[in-house]
Amino acid sequence: MDNNVKLYALSTCIHCKHTKELLDEKGINYDYTYVDTLSGDEKKDILEEVKQYNPKLSFPTLLINEQCIVGFKKQEIEEALQGNASK
Amino acid sequence: MQVNEFYEKLKKIQEPKGYFFNKDQDMVMDLLESLLINKERYGYTSCPCRLSAGQYELDKDIICPCVYSGPDIKEYGSCYCGLYVSREWNEGKIPHVFVPERRPEEKIIASLI
Repeated sequence: MDNNVKLYALSTCIHCKHTKELLDEKGINYDYTYVDTLSGDEKKDILEEVKQYNPKLSFPTLLINEQCIVGFKKQEIEEALQGNASK
Repeated sequence: MQVNEFYEKLKKIQEPKGYFFNKDQDMVMDLLESLLINKERYGYTSCPCRLSAGQYELDKDIICPCVYSGPDIKEYGSCYCGLYVSREWNEGKIPHVFVPERRPEEKIIASLI
């Protein structure tokens, strides 16, 4: 089963960059949004979305299937990706 | 300002205060470039690892080096972004752990939503 992966990130954030690099290295297909490049209603809507998973609105906020991982936590990310791959 | 010039300028100001650049030079240069992008965007060097509100009054606590960097370096040896660290952190004398967001949630919500 493919992982459903979504990344909320900032274009200037180093931890977001490291998270993206990890997903790229692993050949994961994922959607990402650079929240700092949005404006107006688009930004507001995305922030409401992020808030549901991570009330502190910090980045990176990564969704792997139903699991939310806040920050570049390499091991947690790998485990979440692997957990699903073994199903 | 060019990133190298910015690096030298900050190094002179911050090192005497006990704020050392991370020994990972690539990471430091990336972060300094991001700080310059934010300076261009907002008029001040807002933290590159946090979402800026784009208003000085709302962002003043996260202008780099942010008000949380002192307590973070004291507790974890590194600021939230990992740009500034303690000498002991760079020398590997203390563990390199995940630095959680210290900025209060109410403040984040009030500035962004």
